[in-house]
Amino acid sequence: MKIKTIVSAAVALLGMLSSVQAQDKEALYLKSLAATCANCHGTNGKSVEGSSVGSLAGLDKNYTIAQMKAFKAGTRPATIMHQLSKGYSDAQIEALAGYFAAQKK
Amino acid sequence: MAHATPHATSSNRRAFLQSSAALSLLGLGGLSGCASMSGMPSKAQVVVIGGGYGGATAAKYVRLLSDYKIDVVLIEPQDAFVSCPMSNLVVSGVKQLDYLTSSYTGLSKNHGIKVVKDFADNIDTAKKTVTLRGGGVIAYDKLVVSPGVDLMFSGIEGLQAANASGQILQAWKAGAETVALRKQLEAMPDGGVFAITIPEAPYRCPPGPYERACVVAGYFKTAKPRSKVLILDANPDVTSKGALFKKVWAEQYKGMVEYRSQHRVTAVDAKAGIVKFDVQDDVKANVLNVLPAMRAGAIAVKAGLNNQANNRWCGVNYLTFESTAAKDVHVLGDSIQIAPAMPKSGHMANSHGKVAAAAIVAQLAGWDVNPAPMLTNTCYSFVDNKSVVHVASVHEYVAAEKTFKTVAGSGGLSAGPTELEGIYALNWASNIWADTLA
Repeated sequence: MKIKTIVSAAVALLGMLSSVQAQDKEALYLKSLAATCANCHGTNGKSVEGSSVGSLAGLDKNYTIAQMKAFKAGTRPATIMHQLSKGYSDAQIEALAGYFAAQKK
Repeated sequence: MAHATPHATSSNRRAFLQSSAALSLLGLGGLSGCASMSGMPSKAQVVVIGGGYGGATAAKYVRLLSDYKIDVVLIEPQDAFVSCPMSNLVVSGVKQLDYLTSSYTGLSKNHGIKVVKDFADNIDTAKKTVTLRGGGVIAYDKLVVSPGVDLMFSGIEGLQAANASGQILQAWKAGAETVALRKQLEAMPDGGVFAITIPEAPYRCPPGPYERACVVAGYFKTAKPRSKVLILDANPDVTSKGALFKKVWAEQYKGMVEYRSQHRVTAVDAKAGIVKFDVQDDVKANVLNVLPAMRAGAIAVKAGLNNQANNRWCGVNYLTFESTAAKDVHVLGDSIQIAPAMPKSGHMANSHGKVAAAAIVAQLAGWDVNPAPMLTNTCYSFVDNKSVVHVASVHEYVAAEKTFKTVAGSGGLSAGPTELEGIYALNWASNIWADTLA
């Protein structure tokens, strides 16, 4: 009985750890994807002060998605974002928009 | 030199305390004594050789992506980072060298990276150690090698001595030579000739020589209008932004800039101001800017990582940027054998640094690496003091071909030079410098 309890506790623990790991792993992949924006928009989407290249951190998720779609469609005028936005799938854009919405301004 | 002492930032400590508290609530407090919740070894040490766009970014992002759990040591011989992108603005007299220069203290103070000012002299990939010129030995779990390019002076007769004496400059590695080239242009009489020679691709910064020709012509146009700019290119045609540059030369700098393809330099005569070619006639110029062929940085060659293209560049597994010549060694930036349509640029090196950092963190944690990493490149070129053209691309890892390719339909060029893009170019610089170093 005691062994059974220990075994089931261990199984539960392993399950919890592997789901934590899976979450951590997915979070790492997302941070890595978001880092492709940081070269121009700043680390974690925080642009340097006074920059004409805007911060992405703290922007509403739906707003970011709409802007990226507008860049892709050519309905928002751009110098470069109409070309870069086309490099990202709709699923990637949604994930990125969610990531940046969760970052502190 | 032993392992760096683990450096815990306050936010790191706070996160750790929070996760321990959460585990205690679940009655699992004992676990917090383990290496880490996510299996990341707490004593892992990453050593980075080279504090340029690739290495500095990798150093910072290993810290960020590991939640400050992995220690990072950055080995860099220079006191400060000096950017090659934007350095043509120093050549044209618009900016000074201090504009290109950033301190490494952001990496140490903000991210707990141990910055060692020394020269990496040797890598022992079996013992997993780096020997410093100063004599110390640093052990690594993972090594990042990002030494940039070496200029192959010896391939051009007379160039080594002419460069050492300061007569014929490269000014391709930004720094003292950038300023010296500016001085040569200032001293040149009106009616003189500035000639820049370009090696066969691949070389660092494909559009850089053409940008330099443009901004020097811009300076001549106002200060020395009877002068000329000669571009002597070993390649069959302009290697980047060709149509855009040619239009600028034909319209904005009509009669001032002349482009000649298929001019491969074999020798220089610094005293006479003459450059010689394998086929074409000699060229005489008042100011000669000779860019020799390039290869992977010396330490990568010394460590035997240069296993591609007649031992000029380092082969990597593009999924992780791990060397194909040595385990647990990741090579970044200009030293690598490039994937299709991948330029040797600062922006690209920064992108490499992030993919490698994420792969290193995953590998040290015992996780699968990201199966679908992405890279971007944005490259702005000034055509005069204010107006700029760009080329941009987005690259995705294609598992079936084990390489990066540009995403179909993405990327592209400017329609033409604009001052608006000039503003974006300067802001690109301030943001990428902060992303790499702050």
